[in-house]
Amino acid sequence: MSECCPPKVNSAANSSCGSASADDAYQYAPQPFVTGELSTFGGAVSCIATELTERDRRGGVRVRLGFRRSDYRVKPGLYAIGEPDDTAPVLVTANYKLTFDTLRSELKGRSLWLLVLDTKGVNVWCAAGKGTFGTDELVSRIRAVRLEQVVSHRTLVLPQLGATGVAGHAVRAGSGFSVAWGPVRAADLPAFLDAGNQATPRMRRVSFTLRERAKLTGVELSVLWRSRTLVALAFVAVLAVAAGLGAPSLVGVIGFAAASALAAVVAGAFVVPVLLPWIPGRTFALKGALVGALAVAAVALAFADAVPKLALAGLSTVAVAIASYVAMNFTGASTFTSPSGVEWEMRRVIPWQLAGLFSGVVVTLAGVVFGWRA
Amino acid sequence: MAGLRYIEEVVTLELDGKKCNGCRVCMQVCPHGVFEIRDRFAHIADRGACMECGACTLNCAQGAISVSPGVGCAAAIINGWIRGTEPSCDCESGC
Repeated sequence: MSECCPPKVNSAANSSCGSASADDAYQYAPQPFVTGELSTFGGAVSCIATELTERDRRGGVRVRLGFRRSDYRVKPGLYAIGEPDDTAPVLVTANYKLTFDTLRSELKGRSLWLLVLDTKGVNVWCAAGKGTFGTDELVSRIRAVRLEQVVSHRTLVLPQLGATGVAGHAVRAGSGFSVAWGPVRAADLPAFLDAGNQATPRMRRVSFTLRERAKLTGVELSVLWRSRTLVALAFVAVLAVAAGLGAPSLVGVIGFAAASALAAVVAGAFVVPVLLPWIPGRTFALKGALVGALAVAAVALAFADAVPKLALAGLSTVAVAIASYVAMNFTGASTFTSPSGVEWEMRRVIPWQLAGLFSGVVVTLAGVVFGWRA
Repeated sequence: MAGLRYIEEVVTLELDGKKCNGCRVCMQVCPHGVFEIRDRFAHIADRGACMECGACTLNCAQGAISVSPGVGCAAAIINGWIRGTEPSCDCESGC
């Protein structure tokens, strides 16, 4: 998925949250991008700007860094860009505001309709995977906005990545509208529309460029604040203090533990994503272990004099296991890993990661028990 | 996607050529160019590139394509293991 899928907020299926009803009452922020109203046979439709403001850009940066990412929504419904008439194309999209902003900014100078589905503020690809960008929501949204009274044609242009949630033939059966699968990227929409709803093979391919991978490292950072990660870091801290108590230099051991853990996280969450195609190994975990080993070895050289050998070896092994695990988690943000493949990878590498963790701890504690003469 | 290939031999994608009517929708929805049309019908040209997203299966009106679909995400699979459920993207479960 093009960004690690955010949590399903207030999912009705997850009744233990007790917030299913609150979902319907989501308080949409004011919509300053609405510039006016267009009256149609189906009712009044809001017109929207295609220029992004400074505030829109700041919001985009904010959610990419993972702050209140699930709280960035546009009100679902029909919107107008330019001065569309009953023959203008209808584009369908998600109500994640970053998606909505990207789409409208690519449609400058055009006249068309935008049908925004309620995906609970999740992007098209992830929402399609969860089924919120789905056949049922599309069919009921077409009815709710009385689309058949707004346009005289019966064609919808959907983003290609919505196809994991929407069955084109079922939409036609349920609504009378047929689905034309648009390009993967919003930037290709003008060329797609100008060609009479025809996509080139390139427009149909998902990419994973250096630039896209670099952007996603921000999302990886937010992953670090999950409770699981914090528990792991606390564990390393305790281990470092325990090891450092018996050592000649407590500060040196703690400093090495912190520096090697940081190197491991940087290796797994930044270096592996950015250099992904060039790092040897098929599994993300192996890539993470390789880069992690290099980074941690560099740190270990710098601390070689301040830290006893056993603590150096033990804490380094723990750090490499962490780098491997963090890199493995980037599979979720990548655009080409199959679930069968990820499971195959995990069943093979997790025992090694656990072994690295365990042996690292044992070696470090052995150093404490047997003193630091070794 | 040069250099960006994954564990290719475990992909679960299957196409039943006898059911295909040549509508080409699988070619349109596949994000990795897995299908090609030969002699008017769809064939799997690059199975190893499949990420099992399930778009083709869902959109094949003939029911000719099968795949075990899901998200290729380690965190989701771990969530599934811990809770004993299907893999789930709901990373932060702190409701």
